[in-house]
Amino acid sequence: MSILGTRVVRTEDPLFLTRGATYTDDLVDDRLTGALHATFIRSQVAHGRVLSVDTSAAREAPGVVAVYSAEDCTDLDPIPAGLPMVPAAMSRPWFASETVRFVGDIIAVVLTEERYQGEDAAEMVSVDIDTLPAVVTTADALKDETLLFPEAGTNVMAAFGEPEPADFFAGCEVVVRQAVVNQRVAPVPLETRAAAAAWGEDGRVTIFCSNQGAQQAKAQIAGWLGLDPALVHLVTPDVGGGFGAKIGADPEFAMVAWLAQKAGRPVKWVENRSENLVGMLHGRGQDQVVAIGGSRDGTVEAYSLLVDQDCGAYPRFGPVLPTLTMLMAPAVYAFPKVHAQARALATNTTSIGAYRGAGRPEATAAVERALDLFAAEIGMDPAEVRRKNLLPDFHEPHTTAMGAVYDSGEYVAALDKVLDAAGYQELRAEQARRRENGDVKQLGIGMSVYVEITGADTGLGAGESAEMEVHPDGTATVLTGTSPHGQGHATAWAMIASEQTGIPVDKITVIHGDTDRIPRGGGTMGSRSLQQGGAAVHQAATELVELAKQRAAEQLEADPADLEIDLSSAGLSVRGTPGAGITLAQLAEKEPLLVQTRFEAGGPTFPFGAHLVVVEVDTESGKTEVQRVVTVDDAGTIVNPLLAEGQRHGGIAQGVAQALLEEVLYDADGNPQTSTLADYPFVSATELPSFELVDMATPTPMNPLGAKGIGEAGTIGSTPAVHNAVIDAVAHLGVRHIDMPTTPMKVWRAIQQAQQEGTH
Amino acid sequence: MIPGPFELVRATSVEDAIAALVEHGDDAKILAGGHSLLPLMKLRLAMPAYLVDISGIPGMSYVRVDGDEVAIGAGTRHHELEKDAVAAAEVPLLPYTASQVGDPQVRHRGTIGGTVAHSDPASDLPTALLALGGDVVVQGPEGRRTIPLTEFWLGFFETALAEDELIVEIRVPRTGSAGWAYEKFTRRANDWPIVAAAAVDGRVALANMAGSVVRATATEEALARGASIAEAAALADEGTSPGADMHADQEYRRHLARLLTRRALERAAGAASAAA
Repeated sequence: MSILGTRVVRTEDPLFLTRGATYTDDLVDDRLTGALHATFIRSQVAHGRVLSVDTSAAREAPGVVAVYSAEDCTDLDPIPAGLPMVPAAMSRPWFASETVRFVGDIIAVVLTEERYQGEDAAEMVSVDIDTLPAVVTTADALKDETLLFPEAGTNVMAAFGEPEPADFFAGCEVVVRQAVVNQRVAPVPLETRAAAAAWGEDGRVTIFCSNQGAQQAKAQIAGWLGLDPALVHLVTPDVGGGFGAKIGADPEFAMVAWLAQKAGRPVKWVENRSENLVGMLHGRGQDQVVAIGGSRDGTVEAYSLLVDQDCGAYPRFGPVLPTLTMLMAPAVYAFPKVHAQARALATNTTSIGAYRGAGRPEATAAVERALDLFAAEIGMDPAEVRRKNLLPDFHEPHTTAMGAVYDSGEYVAALDKVLDAAGYQELRAEQARRRENGDVKQLGIGMSVYVEITGADTGLGAGESAEMEVHPDGTATVLTGTSPHGQGHATAWAMIASEQTGIPVDKITVIHGDTDRIPRGGGTMGSRSLQQGGAAVHQAATELVELAKQRAAEQLEADPADLEIDLSSAGLSVRGTPGAGITLAQLAEKEPLLVQTRFEAGGPTFPFGAHLVVVEVDTESGKTEVQRVVTVDDAGTIVNPLLAEGQRHGGIAQGVAQALLEEVLYDADGNPQTSTLADYPFVSATELPSFELVDMATPTPMNPLGAKGIGEAGTIGSTPAVHNAVIDAVAHLGVRHIDMPTTPMKVWRAIQQAQQEGTH
Repeated sequence: MIPGPFELVRATSVEDAIAALVEHGDDAKILAGGHSLLPLMKLRLAMPAYLVDISGIPGMSYVRVDGDEVAIGAGTRHHELEKDAVAAAEVPLLPYTASQVGDPQVRHRGTIGGTVAHSDPASDLPTALLALGGDVVVQGPEGRRTIPLTEFWLGFFETALAEDELIVEIRVPRTGSAGWAYEKFTRRANDWPIVAAAAVDGRVALANMAGSVVRATATEEALARGASIAEAAALADEGTSPGADMHADQEYRRHLARLLTRRALERAAGAASAAA
């Protein structure tokens, strides 16, 4: 029996759960001996003119070795906007010298012998700022009255698509239009950002940093600092979560390398949680307008989506996000007409980046909310409306109105599966009973059907690298260009290599995140790792067995075609002659048994699924309790159900959190209101029920494993299902829409308003 | 997230701690469980020059019956109160409320004296204590004095405790089989209350409806003159001055105060009739 598809327990866990992994902050490395600690002085003002920065007192503080600000940084060009569609004027200075553009903008940095001395010294840097009006919302940004970058002449970083044609919904019996907020959230990885850098006598710099792809981070840092990439060695230690916000490098990482050169000593930086909540990229941040039109029999004829993407102060991945939202706007539906338009806008807030799903959850949230609004308007069951409009099953590529090419889909089957598993009819009956009784606690049933795109970088030449070597002692090493930070690649990649070679999982070491050893790699993001990196390992193991056959053929004086792998001995034997063979380890004694390979997938894959959520809403207080989350998540062939379920669990939890709890808030002046974990309510186990996971697996033809991505699916499906469930619970009271997060106060107020309107 | 510089004084007796307070005046803060003070220090919202650690003083953690009252040592941790058999029998509102504080880590560190001294209006145990009524026993250089709980909390982070005084004991009446309830409204289980209502024996106290925990006096008066629970609870927010934050504006807080008071009174009445 193949090891693939079995619940191999994570080989990472004993270390992670006992003495702990080695995160960047934990590094003990000769190169970092005597490292100085960097503490950034950040703007406390969202938008303003810097009048003066006085570092003289800080220079005299205990333990301070150096203080740097803009005047010391004349050797670096500003960080370029970096995206072809964004005006070049929207670049970021390393140190704000004239203008600060968000609370968290870097003004100066102190280097101290000890870390604690840095916070004391930072308080002694005196910054005088003349406050300017702050642009806090996308609506403010669109007015173009206050400009973040006056030289650009606009706050619009990028614009996509045309306005909705005036006659777009002509002929529709029913049209519903609704503004929908997909709020800004913080990724909150358990490990905050961290970096350390040391220059060697050979003129090379070694940078250790917490990221999701060493190779991309290296390229970015080398580019920003104007360094020959050959002089940069980037190492990714263990990483405690990223959720997209650790893709590539942050300016602070490059600055640590610059500081180490400037100070002539190694430098280390580990941010604290408050710094993380304003300094690390945020996610989502879309103000949408959905419009949906069709006939009263439930057929949707046209769907339109307008996205105003909040990008924060400086362009990162923000301007790209709405393009993914637009691409996935048609979702799982056979709408005859789909229109999408987006504007990406600069605001005086923390920059927006990729966050678990990155643009696709926003597309699903919009269309799933629109369908419920349409269903409510025509008085039809939302499951029925969905079934009427879903694309019929297809197993040949389907090209959508927005140009996405879905590999395969069985959306109706996914919806039916989740409805069956949840006992949909009984739930509706229970809901009807409670409504009739006028119970204080009302039942809400929400659903979503989703399709997403994973491995979206496929076709852009990304591919993925893998190297496998068998050693004479019978162990093997796998090098991968992916960058695990919680996903379990050490286990899964070893399983894939073991399946081909017979080498036991516990004898296979998976190595990642060292640009000297692994020069090419795409990292871990966009749910790409298994379908690209795992497939590359599969290819490497296959090629290694072929290479071994060639070598063994000489030794055994047999035709390579007559040799077969014997998994029980991790060796090769002549077909029909048991025992007469040679192990891979023995072959490695003669000369290194090693292959390097690169896997290029035929295209991205389109995992899909359906979620059903049951909530109980206390109509007197507005508080929601999630009772059930039932999900179908089709990620193709599953290599390790334990790991796949872990991804689903984490994704669902983060999705529930966005629907109910999480929101990064700013006041009208751009001051962050959620810069500690006392104020930023991330979800915990006490707010979640046990999840009910339903299996469905449609293998993809895009890779030999048949695997599609699973990292983000849970988030994409659960957010709209929870959101719809909360509104469904109070729909009979006249409520049609409540923006996320559906806090108790918002739900209570929506009920109050609906009742007032009802009595008029 | 690193506190400013401070010196740590490890007190070995109550007298020792008071001597340190006398010496350092308002440069000193008492450190008990540290779960309110240390976060403020890490955010540099508090920067005491001296921390007087009282966690090593023996004999500060106890729950015992003393006449008509239950006496609770100021150093009693929430977890100890939560699991205490005497408290469960004599004043069950307290161990239940203790079980609602934060999370297990907080309950294993935080102390009743610490939460009383901190005077955060969004605190669980002070709300329950105020509903119970009773006294705070404090000790200073001149000896001990007793401050009624109703006069102890003066406002946000403000109490009747003098600079050189230490809380040594909390005393509350034995409520026995009287009905009680603590209704805490949060978004997440481990949060501070957005609003909370404690009810026992016709008395009601509210969390987070003013600068400190407060009694719902209009409700209590209505109950005393025989009003129904619904009528009395509708007056719960009278005389309060709730603040507004991201969780709740004033109107919603007032609504919650009325709702939670009604629920607490109903639950207390149910418990009382079940016990009878």
